[in-house]
Amino acid sequence: MLKANIKNDFPVFQNNDLVYLDSAASALTPKPVIEALKEYYTDYSVNVHRGVYRLSYQATKKYEEARQTIADHIGATFAETIFTRGASSALNLVASSYGMSNLKPGDEIIVSELEHHSHLLPWQQVAKKTGAKLVFVPLTKAGRITVENFKKVLNDHTKMVALTHVSNVMGYQTPIEEIIRLAHEKNALVSVDAAQSVPHQSVDVKAMDCDFLSFSGHKMCGPTGIGVLYGKKALLDAMEPIEFGGDMNDYVDKQTAHFKDTPYKFETGTPPIAQALGLAEAFRYLDAIGFDDIKAHEKALLNKTIEALNNIEGVVVYNPSAETAIIAFNLNDVHPHDAVSFFDEDQIALRAGHHCAQTVIQFLGVPATLRAAFYIYNTEADVERFIKNVKEAIAFFKAAGF
Amino acid sequence: MRDLKNLYRQIIMDHYKNPRHKGLTSEEGYIKEHIKNPSCGDDITIQSKIEDNTVKDIRHEGTGCSICCSSASVLATLLKDKSVAEAQTFTRNYINMITNQSYDKNFDFEDAIAYQGVKDFPARTKCATIAWLAFEQTLKKQVK
Ligand SMILES: Cc1ncc(COP(=O)(O)O)c(C=O)c1O
Repeated sequence: MLKANIKNDFPVFQNNDLVYLDSAASALTPKPVIEALKEYYTDYSVNVHRGVYRLSYQATKKYEEARQTIADHIGATFAETIFTRGASSALNLVASSYGMSNLKPGDEIIVSELEHHSHLLPWQQVAKKTGAKLVFVPLTKAGRITVENFKKVLNDHTKMVALTHVSNVMGYQTPIEEIIRLAHEKNALVSVDAAQSVPHQSVDVKAMDCDFLSFSGHKMCGPTGIGVLYGKKALLDAMEPIEFGGDMNDYVDKQTAHFKDTPYKFETGTPPIAQALGLAEAFRYLDAIGFDDIKAHEKALLNKTIEALNNIEGVVVYNPSAETAIIAFNLNDVHPHDAVSFFDEDQIALRAGHHCAQTVIQFLGVPATLRAAFYIYNTEADVERFIKNVKEAIAFFKAAGF
Repeated sequence: MRDLKNLYRQIIMDHYKNPRHKGLTSEEGYIKEHIKNPSCGDDITIQSKIEDNTVKDIRHEGTGCSICCSSASVLATLLKDKSVAEAQTFTRNYINMITNQSYDKNFDFEDAIAYQGVKDFPARTKCATIAWLAFEQTLKKQVK
């Protein structure tokens, strides 16, 4: 059980009678994270790695402690934890650095229709530039990636596997550990998009044995503008930076430069310092609540919602078997954009559209969907208000002539 | 009562359920403009035939919400047979009204006045303007 007054941790609720069901896009920010950001701007507010004065030393120390905290939470080492602008940049770094230099014609890259554009487009680009072939895991009828279907596309040409851990539209959990084991048997590497998993479950990169794993701060109660790329040390050591400039080198002359070791060689320019402190705080915040309890809480809300939706005529749920708290649905004969305005009138924040995953939407064969996603601050009362609005919306649009 | 009731006016619902001038043609003399709203998946193609400085015909096709689809139908109905100059003025005034920019307050929007309420739903202004923006694009191409 989560503590009852968790909404009090989130200042946004003070001025908004909000039912926030868009956490799969961005989670809300709790006080301790806001405090961590404020601490940086009020107590240090200076650059890292550059100043030799005391304040810069302090800021640098805090910043690197944050990296270590984050590394510890995902089972990585300091050197394997690279700060990026978000999951998108992290996923791109793998494709631009590893992909562009190591793939060649005849090689195959396995992706899926469940990928977020940020995990599909970089590999489309690699395929285009290197002549490697992009191969899609056939999804099951329900839209799932299964080990069985993965085996159908895995072969001796497979060099890279780029799959999502949890789908941001369907909420399905990919059987990633088994897929990684099979991929490694073929000497293929695996990049995991964990943007939707790290916020909701404890993820250990060593236990998973993934080669790369990416996620964002803002989906896990952390700040915007920061994300993490985990990569196995040996791989990172062999990889080229994709951005060059200040901070990432240790020696520069007119014609050449020598780069620092990982993680620094991938982090040119002034980093997101406050955001790093904030992200470390987000990990501590979620950890104090406990990922087992978070999962149980979300599951209970999910079950209650799905059960209620099943009893309402005029709703279609596309992923009734999802194991994480993401519901993709539509009201019959009502375009999601029309529907979303109805919910918005009662301060229920839903997402409508293709959720940056057009291949999933194409798979579903609809123009767009609504999406409701639950997180720690959602309550049973939220579910009830949401369900009440679903019923009212159906009646409203029917009366309007839809 | 919800403000939304005001939004879904009879004119809008009528054009949504019974769209006029819908479906593209392969006849010659039409200019085609395709606009997508990447964030929501609205996808509209407007085909216009402009001759003798007059909008002879407008066709539309696409997917989107009621506001988006109906506004394409209203656009086609209202602007057909207007002169290019009239159509231009109409289009700009309409877009400015929806997006809360300055427009001619005395302008006669005919049935398109039904969309006035959209400006109170900032998240939906794109829906109401996408077809009109596409049409405006064709005018620009034509006049060039
Ligand atoms: C599964 C998945 N991958 C990647 C991303 C991209 O994250 P960001 O926008 O923070 O870079 C998202 C966020 O929308 C996502 O849901």
